[in-house]
Amino acid sequence: MAFNHLKKLESESIHIIREVASEFTNPVMLYSIGKDSSVMLHLAIKAFAPNKIPFKLLHVDTTWKFKEMIKFRDQIAREYNLDLIVHINHEGVKNKVGPISHGSKTHTDIMKTQSLKQALNKFKFDAAFGGARRDEEKSRAKERIFSFRDINHRWDPKNQKPELWNLFNTKISKDESVRIFPLSNWTEVDVWQYIYQENIPIVPLYFAAKRPVIKRDNMLIMVDDDRLEINKNEKVEEKLVRFRTLGCYPLTAAIESKASNIEQIIIELLESKNSERQGRLIDSDQIGSMEIKKQDGYF
Amino acid sequence: MDIETFFKKQNFKNQLKILTCGSVDDGKSTLIGRLLFDSKSIYSDQLSQTKFESEKYGTQGKEIDLALLIDGLQAEREQGITIDVAYRYFETDKCKFIIADTPGHQEYTRNMATGASNSDVGIILIDSTKGILDQTKRHTFILSLLEVNHVVIAINKMDLVNYDKNVYDEIIKSFEIISKNFNFNSKKYIPLSALVGDNVFTKSDNMPWYKNETLISTLEKFEVSKSYIDEKFSMPVQWVNRSSSDFRGYSGTISSGKINVNDEITVVPSGEKAKIKKILTPDGNSDSSFENQAVTISLDKEIDISRGDLITSDLKNIKIADQFSAHIIWMHKDAMLPERNYIFRLINSYVSGKITKLEHKININSYEKIPAKSLELNDIGYCKIALSKSTFFKSYSNNNQLGSFVIIDQFNNLTVGAGMIDYELRRSTNISWHEMTIDKKKRSIMNSQKPCALWFTGLSGSGKSTIANILEQKLHRLNKRTYLLDGDNVRHGLNKDLGFTDADRVENIRRVAEVSKLMTDAGLITLVSFISPFKSERKMARDLFEKDEFLEIFVDTPLQECEKRDPKGLYKKARSGKLKNFTGIDSDYETPISPEIKLQTLSKNPEELADEILNYMKKNNII
Repeated sequence: MAFNHLKKLESESIHIIREVASEFTNPVMLYSIGKDSSVMLHLAIKAFAPNKIPFKLLHVDTTWKFKEMIKFRDQIAREYNLDLIVHINHEGVKNKVGPISHGSKTHTDIMKTQSLKQALNKFKFDAAFGGARRDEEKSRAKERIFSFRDINHRWDPKNQKPELWNLFNTKISKDESVRIFPLSNWTEVDVWQYIYQENIPIVPLYFAAKRPVIKRDNMLIMVDDDRLEINKNEKVEEKLVRFRTLGCYPLTAAIESKASNIEQIIIELLESKNSERQGRLIDSDQIGSMEIKKQDGYF
Repeated sequence: MDIETFFKKQNFKNQLKILTCGSVDDGKSTLIGRLLFDSKSIYSDQLSQTKFESEKYGTQGKEIDLALLIDGLQAEREQGITIDVAYRYFETDKCKFIIADTPGHQEYTRNMATGASNSDVGIILIDSTKGILDQTKRHTFILSLLEVNHVVIAINKMDLVNYDKNVYDEIIKSFEIISKNFNFNSKKYIPLSALVGDNVFTKSDNMPWYKNETLISTLEKFEVSKSYIDEKFSMPVQWVNRSSSDFRGYSGTISSGKINVNDEITVVPSGEKAKIKKILTPDGNSDSSFENQAVTISLDKEIDISRGDLITSDLKNIKIADQFSAHIIWMHKDAMLPERNYIFRLINSYVSGKITKLEHKININSYEKIPAKSLELNDIGYCKIALSKSTFFKSYSNNNQLGSFVIIDQFNNLTVGAGMIDYELRRSTNISWHEMTIDKKKRSIMNSQKPCALWFTGLSGSGKSTIANILEQKLHRLNKRTYLLDGDNVRHGLNKDLGFTDADRVENIRRVAEVSKLMTDAGLITLVSFISPFKSERKMARDLFEKDEFLEIFVDTPLQECEKRDPKGLYKKARSGKLKNFTGIDSDYETPISPEIKLQTLSKNPEELADEILNYMKKNNII
């Protein structure tokens, strides 16, 4: 009765997803279009087969995502007949908030964290799934699978409910909410192996291709549209690159790579010396920065 | 490496969940840092960040402080201690590991229990320079209590004792003594240095006297320790999958055994039987499924099944009861009090209930059982629990998932405790309330009377029994079927084991109230003549009855008058101190505030008073 670790993770995640659907009145799945979201969506489809997923999906659009991400998002929503909400912080758009003009910290706070809170409040969601994994970042390693948020969506790391066995405490008080991370125990390699085995569609940006990039602060930034101003000393070059993780394009560094299919990505990953979040500028804008963002209500 | 070899290897990898525990400064974080570092699970950007932080907060001078990789939260980096459970991931060629890193501080025992609840193996770290500490004993006990059956005793910091074999041998001797009463399936002792790396991944040249395996080879050899695959099939229903078409399936994660299409199953609690029609696994339709798989099954006929039910072929071993005994670990600063209401989360259901009795608390350092009235934060106790309705379970040692529960505060929803079921209490096991065909109404019609309870309360000597006796005769003459329950008489039989302390008076009234309820249910007009001095017990009795079925009759005779009458000479005895706890003298009588009938006995004789009650009953269509 072989039940390898990936099968264990799969069943564990399905159990968590069903638990949320059973115990909360208005859950939503945060869909970020990345590989982890794709795996989470795939698991949700399995959890409720042959039926439809009994909750909505939400994408918080910062308006600075790669064009290919948005295209992929709409295609998946159509193909799987998903109930997808796209939320944009229009106040931020009106004030022309962006990563280049305002810096990563302000941009992420207004267009991502504030925007997410707006959407959760607007639709009165009491539970929101996120695709975060504990191996991604140090403060995430300490987060529960069911992570409670107060009325202001704040996370209190010192006051988390103990989580024993698979007996999740899903009781919340009025106006409180929960973030749920069904992929908590997955590692980056697990995610790729699962994508490969299950043939899960992902955004083509993960695969190497010739793309126009500039070198800025030792990072390769893709020129996805003309909002990225090119400084005099910078030169747009066509390079064979891919992305290990996806976010706002001016904040997400590409890596030079020849990996054009999942097998090659996995091989590259096994040989890599850097973590996937290395390309994420938002993680290092202050010491303990992810933890501070999470306490403010970021995922 | 080519991808085919990689996948082949990956597909055979086991998953092992391990827990590291030990006292503060025994080097847990350093050990985990070492495991991650040596398994090459640390990327260079994470390493350089740690280097940067090592210079700021580190304790290893210019060297990289591996513990800082682990102590993720900023507060911990600043305080230099681990404050919560953190999960870490690494793999070797043979196995994927998930490590729960739990703090060693006494006040954080609850976190360790949390980590232990999902672990296959426990690593107990012992600082070779300090030997066994109270924390070591505490953690060994918790591992045993939560049935983490395999322990590895990692005797750390051997570099600081010159790799001396005698130190190692002494610690083994002491650990054997503290663990002699625990049932671990295996105990492995490994001398190591997490800081330097001796015997973690590579065999140490510094300890040639140690002939056994390194920590990592030892861990790789563990099979998953807990499996219920050889038990019969059980699956708690988590979600009912209904679609617009005619599909109706029941989703859940199988908690024990195997299941095949066409197998017969029983649904608990309804007891209905059916056969398995289809099994939908994460890999699609299948003829069979097994333990730990999240599946959706459909049955060959329609039965009413909802979340919280159990689908099983193990009826023999499934217990159904509303009372059980269990070990409880208390996890909140507000103490656990017996008789207080809490929410109990069992597998797929929430039930309200209370701890009815705290049998004893366990001194976690000496393992002694000590009497206690409450459980404080991090206390472990053995308790009796009563739930508001029956539920199914197994004992924790038979199945961890079906035998565990968490306790939730009903006001703030916090998780305040966790428990492991020992065994069901027989008192109401397998007793369900049978709805009888002949009910109270039918009996009432046959008797041409409306059954009710006439509850006489008042001081001793107030005239309760005299009036009740006359009333019963009058009712009898009217062809009414009656019964009189008298305090003194009941104390000769049913309640002869009870005295006159407050606790016994409460129990006295509880029993009589239950008996009068049965008699009323049998269709009788039941007269109850009891001092019943406390408001709360009179309310308890009243709450057993339907509205209009319970008449409280306060026989209002002043204490001086009762004392003057003193028909049994009891007041005299009480006044002289020969009789303790006598109502009105040294035990309270709480005057009824709004009884249905209040009888003033000074101006009327018992005949007239009985008629007064009779008139009330006629007026209210009772007779």
